[in-house]
Amino acid sequence: MGWTGKFLRVDLSAGTVKVEDLNRDWARQYLGQRGLATKYYVAEVDPKVDPLSPANKMIFTTGPLTGTAASTGGRYSVVTKGPLTNCIACSNSGGFFGNELKNAGWDMVIVEGKSPKPVYLSIENETVEIRDASDYWGKSVWETEHGLKALHQDPLLRVASIGAAGERGVLYAGIINDLHRAAGRSGVGAVMGSKNLKAVTVRGTRGVRVKDPERFIAATIAQKQVLADNAVTGQGLPKYGTQVLMNVINEMGAMPTRNFSAVEFEGAHKISGEAMHEPRATDGKANLVTNGACFGCTIACGRISRMDPGHFSIASRPQYRDASGGVEYEAAWAMGSDCGVDDLEACTFANFMCNEHGFDPISFGSTLAAAMELYEMGALTKEQTGGVELKFGSAEALVKMAELVGKGEGFGLELGQGSRRFCAKYGHPELSMTVKGQEFPAYDPRGIQGMGLTYATSNRGACHLRSYTVASEVLGIPFKTDPLVTDGKAALVKAFQDATAAFDASGLCIFTTFAWGLENLAPQLDAACEGEWTPEHLLEVGERIWTIERQFNLAAGMTAQDDTLPKRLLKDAAKTGPAKGLTSGLDKMLPEYYQLRGWTPDGVPTAETLKRLELA
Amino acid sequence: MATVTLKLFALLGARLPPGSVANATSVAVGEGATVATLIAGFGLPDKDCHLVLVNGAFIPVDSRAATPVAEGDVVSIWPPIGGG
Ligand code: SF4
Repeated sequence: MGWTGKFLRVDLSAGTVKVEDLNRDWARQYLGQRGLATKYYVAEVDPKVDPLSPANKMIFTTGPLTGTAASTGGRYSVVTKGPLTNCIACSNSGGFFGNELKNAGWDMVIVEGKSPKPVYLSIENETVEIRDASDYWGKSVWETEHGLKALHQDPLLRVASIGAAGERGVLYAGIINDLHRAAGRSGVGAVMGSKNLKAVTVRGTRGVRVKDPERFIAATIAQKQVLADNAVTGQGLPKYGTQVLMNVINEMGAMPTRNFSAVEFEGAHKISGEAMHEPRATDGKANLVTNGACFGCTIACGRISRMDPGHFSIASRPQYRDASGGVEYEAAWAMGSDCGVDDLEACTFANFMCNEHGFDPISFGSTLAAAMELYEMGALTKEQTGGVELKFGSAEALVKMAELVGKGEGFGLELGQGSRRFCAKYGHPELSMTVKGQEFPAYDPRGIQGMGLTYATSNRGACHLRSYTVASEVLGIPFKTDPLVTDGKAALVKAFQDATAAFDASGLCIFTTFAWGLENLAPQLDAACEGEWTPEHLLEVGERIWTIERQFNLAAGMTAQDDTLPKRLLKDAAKTGPAKGLTSGLDKMLPEYYQLRGWTPDGVPTAETLKRLELA
Repeated sequence: MATVTLKLFALLGARLPPGSVANATSVAVGEGATVATLIAGFGLPDKDCHLVLVNGAFIPVDSRAATPVAEGDVVSIWPPIGGG
């Protein structure tokens, strides 16, 4: 219960679909979603596999609480080996697709091989078919989603698809469902494109069963009340979304600006969550139209924006005048502050492009920022950019490049290789702000020290969602720590990493953790799933997930040398703000972190650790 | 008298004088002013002042009464917030 107990195995090379029973022992050890799918993935795939080859697999996976009455229970993840990082990739999305997949009766879909021609996977409860998608190849995510709904004559069909970015090998292409919800990071859309898989459509009406319905409903009602009563999940996130952070991080001098060359952005307030509420000088309307919620979510942090119809990016394109997915903090930072762009409308347009064509705004913005720095120092010329002046602060350049990357055209394809490959090509690898090939998110590790360790050790390359120590170091959740010191951060990062892995395995959204801990998650899981689910058990599951991800990466060829940060953050001190004079103190945190994890000084789990986690 | 910049963000922004730009307003404070007297003087409920920064540096609740504010300081305040 909680789990449906069944999953699909789709072989695109052979054109076959099989039904298999879920391994219940693994479900007890890995729970679901990020955990269980990673266990299946690492058990079946050679760690050295080329991510874009037919030998790679990808798994669409739900958690035991996906599709239930638990708040935020609409999540699914895509697990594969990422082409950007050559590491394990796990990308999580909300919206309504995950719920629908679970209600169709499936815990997971394992996709193998490569189709000889473009196809989509159609799932209607037990009826599962691989269908021709030639008509949709080359079409945008939005055209594909509308087209498939019309074809199936079903407005409630849920669609997860890729755009041209995924088809043409943009290495940070994402998978978009429900028009603007994304399994966005690590290039899972490029893997889908390499398999000639354009979309997965789902309709599910079977319902999801839980172990003890009465206890489950009581637990979910009690935990929804906790979310409602909490000032962050009950008021702050619905009103301002994640974008409330723009001013916070800037005021504390931890805002990566112009490819991390500064830590404060003078235009931050113009692209902030507060600014999204303010009437525009041009048309008197606010950028933000309303907030939005994923399936079953009682927080509703989503941003729905309508652009200024007179903005240069859409003045002659009325199709972009309708309301659509607005910028979250990470997107506004990457395409705004990191590129020195303070034009909220241009950032919104670029965000629309990310959703329409399916690519990650963080990696895109960060790669563009590196290209802008290369351009300003003369290492990249106007001839090479296709005639575009790639200057920091240029909203025109942002808009143009977002379109080119999305369509996989011209210079956009070069930017689509990500910052590490791009900067190496133009002779300045040191300007790539990446870890393990994945671009940084929106927190400068000189001003928020725990995030340096978070980035360096993240199993999917630089990422904030693997251990969001910003919660503690900035926001005081669950307790306040000093962002400028390294003491205690190794333990903090490990605790966040393990707890986050457990949440990611449950089917619920990580944003609940502003109000919930594992003690709030456990009673819901315990009422829904067979077995005993205590906070202690969940923490152990989280640590086990983290460890098998690490083992996969080590077997893929990664070493402790890869647990590092770009020189700019280790050697160049912050020039302003409270972190002035500080670099990242990674060297002070990393050895302690390895020790706390039960790893050797070379970052390898010891035999004893593997035994403790039932991994040996 | 000294003039400090008070910035109120998120739901606290509604307490700024009309016409404030970039969530900021100037406040004149007297001799011996502290973060706590500034908060009280502006009528901000303590429970809504969750995150308080002076020139970007975090001021814990129990240090607010002992933290002076001086000419040119920027005091930024948020209610409980989250993001990611
Ligand atoms: S908190 Fe936001 S991202 Fe999470 S499920 Fe709710 S609306 Fe979706």
